[in-house]
Amino acid sequence: MKHVLGNKKAIALFVVPGLILYVGLVFVPVIWSFVYSLYSGTPGLSWSFSGLKNYSKLLIDSKFHESLMVTIRYILTTMLGMVVLGLALAMMYRFWLVKFKNLIRTITFFPVILPTVAVGQLFRKIYEIQPNYGLLNSILDAIGLHDLVQPWIGQASTALGCLSVMDIWVSVGFYAVIFYGGLIDIPDDIIEAAKVDGCSSWQMFKNIIFPLLRPITITCLVFAFAGTVKVFESAIALTNGGPGSATTTLSMYMYNVAFEYRNYGYGSAIAIVIFLICIIGTRIIRFFDVKEA
Amino acid sequence: MEKKTITPVDVIKKIIIALVVIVDAYPIFWLFTCAFKKSSEFVTKPSFALPEGLYLKNFSEAWTRGNMGLYFRNSLIYTALALVFIVILSMTIGFAVTQMEWKMKNFFADFFLLGLMVPVATALLPLFQIYNNTGLTNTRLCLVLTYIAFGLSLSIFLVTGYMRSLPREILEASVIDGCGIYSMMWHIVFPLMKNAAVTVLVLQFFYKWNDLLFSMTFISDSKLKTIQTGLLYFENEFGTKDWGAIFASIAISVFPMLIIYMILNKTVIEGMTSGAVKG
Repeated sequence: MKHVLGNKKAIALFVVPGLILYVGLVFVPVIWSFVYSLYSGTPGLSWSFSGLKNYSKLLIDSKFHESLMVTIRYILTTMLGMVVLGLALAMMYRFWLVKFKNLIRTITFFPVILPTVAVGQLFRKIYEIQPNYGLLNSILDAIGLHDLVQPWIGQASTALGCLSVMDIWVSVGFYAVIFYGGLIDIPDDIIEAAKVDGCSSWQMFKNIIFPLLRPITITCLVFAFAGTVKVFESAIALTNGGPGSATTTLSMYMYNVAFEYRNYGYGSAIAIVIFLICIIGTRIIRFFDVKEA
Repeated sequence: MEKKTITPVDVIKKIIIALVVIVDAYPIFWLFTCAFKKSSEFVTKPSFALPEGLYLKNFSEAWTRGNMGLYFRNSLIYTALALVFIVILSMTIGFAVTQMEWKMKNFFADFFLLGLMVPVATALLPLFQIYNNTGLTNTRLCLVLTYIAFGLSLSIFLVTGYMRSLPREILEASVIDGCGIYSMMWHIVFPLMKNAAVTVLVLQFFYKWNDLLFSMTFISDSKLKTIQTGLLYFENEFGTKDWGAIFASIAISVFPMLIIYMILNKTVIEGMTSGAVKG
């Protein structure tokens, strides 16, 4: 047994190719990013060591502040929407659905599998007002709510909300399925017993179901956070950051700084901020996990 | 069971369920109906109206003039190549860090998982620099390599979950029967890991097929572009007026996902509900 499973050559063959790719293309670039962030300019052109200058520039860069706020607002609303609605949908699967269970679960999972850019283009058409009304506006128009017809993604006040709605629409089925996995693990006896004891639905949810789902809720929050913090694809496909900078997220701002203003050092500093937000945010969510364990 | 009477609460439940299904399914249905409309229909009728007929010219426009055929093939090549390697590598690594006996295995198991925390954007600039300096930008190779590297962490995470439950007795029996490590891997481990492989394949297919950030950064040659980048710049090609062709090209990019999902949806949903992801 030992000579087979301890075969050094085989271990090397199994691990090393993947390790090289992983270290070379994931691990090193992240560290390299940090080194870059201490320089200013573009490598090969005006590339000079500037210490922490990029980071102090972050403090006074109002465009950076704007995109940071956009990202935070987006993360909070979208993450909450995904997880809360996902849980609600899972409860619906578990307690309400009698007929067509599988069919409905299959349909509600559909949006999850669609390519982000395709969804972005699709929602662009849904929200459209010019040259023709899109789906949303034409429905509003048809049911007599003409006052509500507006350029949904063409005005700063609604653009970010529209982006959130789109991303929640896409992901909610994913979280519903994960929550559902947890819900079917709760034995029927417990739920029946609670019913016999006269538990109302809300009490049941608050005192029995939710506490049992706590670990899964944490996992979902972590997933949702990791998914929303790097928001780029959906924003670029729906609004391309506009109008103005109403939906310019951190990763988009980084992209613009690096590739349009050709300032790699500063772009890398923003990339590091994204990384830190990712780490800190995950820690905060995990913190709630430990508290009660 | 006592006899059921329909109460108002039941009706409200049914309405809510129906609403949820409509909200999830209708936009996709709408997309397909629009893909069959003539341009003039968008102007004369509200956009939720059904198409007058099946106007297939949209699809041929999208496929040839919009280059969707080319992009589609490119995406397929990148995704398929990356998937083959991701599955093989995550299986072998997953097996090595769970079942094999060596000192550093726990360290490496954790080390690979670190990648779960890395936002793609953080690695983007140095990667671009690496590829630029080695002349790999605008090649198929750089995109495939990146896809593999960034697919590993999640895949290994999923696979190790399955690998841990691999019964030790089977491995022992195979050794007694004279299996070496490679034949054990090929004849015992791979066949038993079919579910893990499918889960990884499906999840990674969605991620890779969806990628935009890497492909728009590393590939500027329009012959090598992926379907997502192609779709993003589609409006520039057709202008904002030609809705039919735009919808047709969205439909083309969505179609393979729907097919794969229809075939595999049971495995996908079961794979997700039964373990690995729950953490």
